[in-house]
Amino acid sequence: MSTVQDHWQKPPFIENKLLRYGLYIVVFGYLSVTLVTLPVNWQRVAEGMERASRIFGGAFPPSFERSGLLIDGFLESLKIAILASVGGILLSVPLAFMAAKNISAKPIYLLGRGLIIIARSFHPVIVAIIFVKAVGFGPLAGVLTLIVYSIGFVAKLLAEKIEEIDFGQVEAMKSAGAPFLSTIAYAVFPQVMPRLVGLSIYQLDSNLRASAVVGIVGAGGIGATLANAFGRYDYDFALAITMVIVGVILISEAFSGVIRKRIS
Amino acid sequence: MTNQTTLDSWARYTPQQRFQRYAAFALAALTISWSLSSIDVIWAWVWDAPEQMLDLFSRMIPPDPRNLPSILEAIWQTINIATLATAIAVVVSLPVAYIAAQNTTPNRLALWLGRFILVSSRSVNTIIWALLFVAIFGPGIIAGIVAIMFRSIGFLGKLLGEAIEEIDPKPIEALEACGASRFKVVLYGIVPQVAPAFFAIAILRWDINLQESTVLGLVGAGGIGVILQGAIDTFNWPEVAMVLLTILALVVLGEMISSKLRSKIL
Amino acid sequence: MLEITHLIKSYGDAAPVLKDLHLKVEGEQVVSVIGSSGAGKSTLLRCINRLVEPTSGSIVLNGTEFTTLGKRELRTARRRIGMVFQSFNLVDRLTVMENVQSGRLGYISTWAALTRNYPKDDIRRAFELMERVGIAQYANKRTDELSGGERQRVGVVRALMQRPEILLADEPTASLDPKTSEQIMGLLRDLASELNLPVIINIHNVGEAKEYSDRIVGMRYGKIIFDDLPAALGTEEMDAIYSGTPADERPSMGAAA
Repeated sequence: MSTVQDHWQKPPFIENKLLRYGLYIVVFGYLSVTLVTLPVNWQRVAEGMERASRIFGGAFPPSFERSGLLIDGFLESLKIAILASVGGILLSVPLAFMAAKNISAKPIYLLGRGLIIIARSFHPVIVAIIFVKAVGFGPLAGVLTLIVYSIGFVAKLLAEKIEEIDFGQVEAMKSAGAPFLSTIAYAVFPQVMPRLVGLSIYQLDSNLRASAVVGIVGAGGIGATLANAFGRYDYDFALAITMVIVGVILISEAFSGVIRKRIS
Repeated sequence: MTNQTTLDSWARYTPQQRFQRYAAFALAALTISWSLSSIDVIWAWVWDAPEQMLDLFSRMIPPDPRNLPSILEAIWQTINIATLATAIAVVVSLPVAYIAAQNTTPNRLALWLGRFILVSSRSVNTIIWALLFVAIFGPGIIAGIVAIMFRSIGFLGKLLGEAIEEIDPKPIEALEACGASRFKVVLYGIVPQVAPAFFAIAILRWDINLQESTVLGLVGAGGIGVILQGAIDTFNWPEVAMVLLTILALVVLGEMISSKLRSKIL
Repeated sequence: MLEITHLIKSYGDAAPVLKDLHLKVEGEQVVSVIGSSGAGKSTLLRCINRLVEPTSGSIVLNGTEFTTLGKRELRTARRRIGMVFQSFNLVDRLTVMENVQSGRLGYISTWAALTRNYPKDDIRRAFELMERVGIAQYANKRTDELSGGERQRVGVVRALMQRPEILLADEPTASLDPKTSEQIMGLLRDLASELNLPVIINIHNVGEAKEYSDRIVGMRYGKIIFDDLPAALGTEEMDAIYSGTPADERPSMGAAA
């Protein structure tokens, strides 16, 4: 049986040799160029290790001495999250209808989509900075930021849900001579309501997370407390705040998970 | 005429259902009014806010492209931060996912260690990680890369661990019956099964990291955020507008690339 | 030669699934194990290569006592037992060749396994066996592109790549259509005599069992209650093996009955 093949190679991922090796070279070239040109200051890094040990040394044990400040910060974050969720959802509903292909006329659809893309594309921290400049430091900027953040998520997914609805019900209402808003209220809304409730609970949870972050750039809440503690080198207080943030996030994640499971 | 009920009233809910709904509404209304009444804002500013916003936006027009070369350079840096951090995080998250998945973890201690790493990485936001690493490494791109990496490990490890838990155990049984060692079982039984999920998750995270990298500069950790912060601090609103437009283009482009790659894999 | 004595398997405090089994298989015999589901056929087969840990008893394959092997020794010993599964248990996203070569994983180095750089002898043997069962043209295809019968052939070749001293087949035809399942059974019988290999097959289809095997073992409630030539399996014995099973759920005796 000398005719039997004794050589085998796995068929390559990309058939075309030129393309394959081209890809290897591009990836390798990119990684080596970016890694080599990284401005690493080794002396600074070595000092950094020292600094790290000082930070961690200063952070232990975490200090809950100023727990009053901590609780106030948290309550403010909670208020920001609640108000932003309410405002965000109220604005998301009309925007989602605007951005649903099967409901809106083309120009309105494009406008709705464009607004959603803008709301989604900017990280809440960038939005927060702009609002802080426009309306001043404090929770108001936080609420406005998270309203934008909520729109980017809730309106997008709600619009997708509206596009998936059973259109027969809409036609039935139209043929009964119902006006536009009644059609929406009776034929579309009941179909997307469960989704809206689920999204809202999820958004409340993620607004609470985000409110801890936007505070760092001055938009109120626990984030502001954390940034202050960090700026004043109160690392033990900063660690206490971080631990409480992590704890609250885990609790609120579990809580919203339970509620969403019960609803669906 | 004796016990005939006239059906001229109709209600959608039973009294009990109605009570529950009212209670839920009342609770929601109470929470909202508590938030509204106690939040620390100056209401005059709230009514003034739309005007302030319009004023700000009018100052941004037209965007000023004069500084575009350095903006694009910062965007390139932002892309590099996201890409390098994702690449490193992917490699680091592999062993973490392996020990944090119920069906591959070597023992309970490793399982809890893995879970602890995932939870602590995931619950601390990128910006907070960045604050820490800027304090350690000083301002610059290194702090940014490490911050993004630390946040990504939790995300990647969690999703990858779930993918490992969902694999079909039957081929594993067959490979064990062949007398293959643990490592070879992983290589031939687990790796091929989770590979598609692995790439999809990595691309998804790269897309998210692109957006997260745009804000690192605000706490001094490199990227486009540095220029944005500088322009805001000097009230150079036309340049702010230009930076915002490039960020928009970057994020939209990143989303297009990642959805294209995803559809290639699946 | 495989010799099983006093084999007992129980889960927790429940009644044992296997109750003091004795079985001896040698030469190039094809032995079919029949019995209703829950009789312990699959547990018996999995006890032999210890995919299921036996509670007590002895399993000896050509002089090696399997029940007392340590983890590492067991891995080496498992190479000597090939196994074919009901649902093929192939890695879908790998090519046919990689699946076939995974039968050699116990032998080759980790580096060779990682780089798919298989020894020439293994590749030659793989092509010979694949040619023999008629799947050589699919070597570079992914296994999820193949039909059920073709996939089971990949499973058989993978087991034979181990150069096993015995082949175990757990319901190898239960996921296949009647025609394909006859082909696979024929293949197992022919390979047994060509490679001088004893084969133990768990099977539900009594007709196929009678047609393709040299010996039939009937199990009931974890005990062997019938062990003889296929010709000796009559209606009475069938009733004993499958008693309590409603008539229309019993496997048919097939044309050979």
